[in-house]
Amino acid sequence: MADDQQTPREPDTGRRDNFDDSAVPTQRPVVANIGFIGWLRWGWRQLTSMRVALMLLMALALASVPGSILPQRNQDPNGVLQFYRDNPQLAEWFQRLGLFEVFAAPWFTAIYALLMISLIGCIIPRVSVHVRSLRRPPPRIPRRFTRFPVHETREVAASADEVISAAHKHLRGGIIPRFRVVTESADDGPKGLSAERGYLRETGNIAFHLGLVGLLIAIATGQMFHYRAQIIIVEETGFANSVVDFHSFDRGALFDEETLTPFTVTLDRFESEFTGDAQARDFRAYVTVEEPDGSAWEDVIRVNHPLNVDGTKVYLMGNGYAPQITVHDSDGNVAFAGTVPFLPQDGMYTSRGVIKVPDVTSGLQIGLQGYFLPTAFVSDIGAESLHPDPINPFIIFTVYAGDLGLDDGIPQNVYQLDTDRLEQLDDAETGLPSTLLLAPGDTADLPDELGTVTFEGFKRFIAVDLRYDPALTWILVFSVVASLGLMISLFTPRRRVWVKVTPRADGGTDLDVAGLARGDDLHLTTEIDRLLVAITGEPDAEPPHDAIEETADDNAR
Amino acid sequence: MTTLGEISDVLAWGAATAYVIAMVAFAIDLSRARTEEHFTKKNKAAGIAIATTTLGVALHLGSVITRALGPGRAPWGNMYEFALTGTLVASIVLLIVLRLRKARYLGVFVTGIVVLLLVLALRVWHVEADQLQPALQNYWLVLHVGVAVLATGIFTVAFVLAVLQLMRDYRDAGSPRLVKWQWLGALPNPVRLEALCFRLNAVGFVLWTFTLIGGAIWAEEAWGRYWGWDAKEVWSFIVWVVYAAYLHARSTRGWAGRPAAWFVVVGYACVLFNFTGVNLFLSEKHGYG
Repeated sequence: MADDQQTPREPDTGRRDNFDDSAVPTQRPVVANIGFIGWLRWGWRQLTSMRVALMLLMALALASVPGSILPQRNQDPNGVLQFYRDNPQLAEWFQRLGLFEVFAAPWFTAIYALLMISLIGCIIPRVSVHVRSLRRPPPRIPRRFTRFPVHETREVAASADEVISAAHKHLRGGIIPRFRVVTESADDGPKGLSAERGYLRETGNIAFHLGLVGLLIAIATGQMFHYRAQIIIVEETGFANSVVDFHSFDRGALFDEETLTPFTVTLDRFESEFTGDAQARDFRAYVTVEEPDGSAWEDVIRVNHPLNVDGTKVYLMGNGYAPQITVHDSDGNVAFAGTVPFLPQDGMYTSRGVIKVPDVTSGLQIGLQGYFLPTAFVSDIGAESLHPDPINPFIIFTVYAGDLGLDDGIPQNVYQLDTDRLEQLDDAETGLPSTLLLAPGDTADLPDELGTVTFEGFKRFIAVDLRYDPALTWILVFSVVASLGLMISLFTPRRRVWVKVTPRADGGTDLDVAGLARGDDLHLTTEIDRLLVAITGEPDAEPPHDAIEETADDNAR
Repeated sequence: MTTLGEISDVLAWGAATAYVIAMVAFAIDLSRARTEEHFTKKNKAAGIAIATTTLGVALHLGSVITRALGPGRAPWGNMYEFALTGTLVASIVLLIVLRLRKARYLGVFVTGIVVLLLVLALRVWHVEADQLQPALQNYWLVLHVGVAVLATGIFTVAFVLAVLQLMRDYRDAGSPRLVKWQWLGALPNPVRLEALCFRLNAVGFVLWTFTLIGGAIWAEEAWGRYWGWDAKEVWSFIVWVVYAAYLHARSTRGWAGRPAAWFVVVGYACVLFNFTGVNLFLSEKHGYG
């Protein structure tokens, strides 16, 4: 009699022998304890329900919003640092919540992982249900047609057999059958047709959802096996496809560096085109590629046109100027001679760079902080570049001397001077920090008789990204499969059509036709009208009425 | 080149003017509607409305074509052109729906939105018709952005339908504020409005899927990564997810009908933000203002 039993009660046989047994108290309904497995099953059913899928979709959308509003570390690391500087407290909390790496954060992964599990758990059973429904024939002809949204009655002169065969032919259609048709017969001849179409809809639905799963798997695989590298190449130099040559390298967890094909790429020439008001129009990098088997070929890398070498793609990501500088030290020996890329800082290609001269024969090491201005405009307040083309090129240097810090063995940023142990030199006459202004071909004396610097000329350089991702084709394939499935699942109409024939005494037939659509179908009436035309051979006399109106009005009542 | 651009601007202003007249005429027609029959019968205001809308679309089309002929490229390379072409799509969809479904009740709202966006484009986002930067000189511009423009135009009309559906639904349920608007009673019942809304959103959703895929393919060619979660990609993804949620909601008990219509409202808000907010506030690489 206890209400919180651990075991289910014995089944009630329903026989009551003692109707006046008032000793039996009225029982509260006892909920059987479903146990741990039962709870798991309940949880699974909830997870794979449409409602939870809907909530997960909403969560996915909401979760993505901070990933666009807050600076993300992988895209805008400077922005993240700036945020720390502006709002240190808030930044700490955001960091803890993973808001600077939203799309790699565990909670974001959890949302779409749950969504995928929900999707798979819902779709897999539907596959077997669908296969079974494909095997089932269309339902039998209903007795009454009056309740269907579209029904027509006709009297035709043709015999019942002729009507059936005409209807059958029309409903089957051409090479790809439109309807699945079943003829029903009574003892004394044909009774009618039952037809159904729309199985493709569920097929498309399943294909779409499974395509999404495939897409996600392909993306994950690509992430595991991809690599990405960045290199800066000056005109007339090149690089070899090996990790030592890369300026930065990033790879998936399962990528094996041994598999890198050692091809080389040489930049022969770089051309850029700008309009008069400094809008970029075109960039072209003319390269020569040499494969390990000795074959060589030329190509042009442009924006939107990466170079493709053995599946590795080389993208043109940036470009700039690389001045050629020679520095003589105080003893007159060449202490530095080279072409140094200066990085563009703005749209006019005001480019910043650094010359480090550690190999002086005697005296202090020299560091030059320089700005290259392709179209220099020098005034009292300063100098700036007015256009990206090298119309009036100048370099401006400020000079440092001391210890460059290169001997410490700690790697330095090539594009920055570590001024900890350097001293900026002043001009002997003015006492202000020395600035040297050089046109191509000029030589200037360094202050404190440290030597001379010559601006020989300049070349262009390009910044390229190398990328290899083996999953790309699969990603495309699954995307296409999903898209096709989507279109089929949204636009395939699901309809049932029935034709009932009653032979008349005069050899003609009384014809009843009905149609039913699953969901909104604005063309159901047209379908029935066309069927009637095919059977009777006459265009329909009555104007078509809007089938959806009748269904909807019925629903609204 | 500038002359064709100037012609394009003049035609755009002409279209906007025509749409304003159409909007007023649609409003007059709608204010007189008491039953649904009203929309099957012609009257003077409705006649003017449809005629001026058609004239507006013709001028609008001329504007888009001349805008393209000048620099000789597809006319959707910046925010101004996106708005110009997107509003054209919305207006054409309106004309089609007017023709096939006699949906005159849509007129005032769609033309209203179109006028608003068109004038905003002409006054605030306008740039001279010129060549594009190298990153955009690509047939993917025609495909990816073109499909996005189409989808946006279709989403616009579907959005109006969803809002009308909600208003009619709330009025039917007895909302005291909406009872006064008798024209709401002349609309088709919410189920039919929902059906039409769904058809448009289905097409828009498929097109948006192509937009995402096309964008990924183009990004792979241009930037070396098919998906980088930059602001534009994130918001395009959000739009897709919200409309996917809408499609799910329609098939979920308790979420069909009114809640689903709210998804459409949220989705369209995301579409608008994707087009404006992202370009103006959030992005550098993808922000082709």
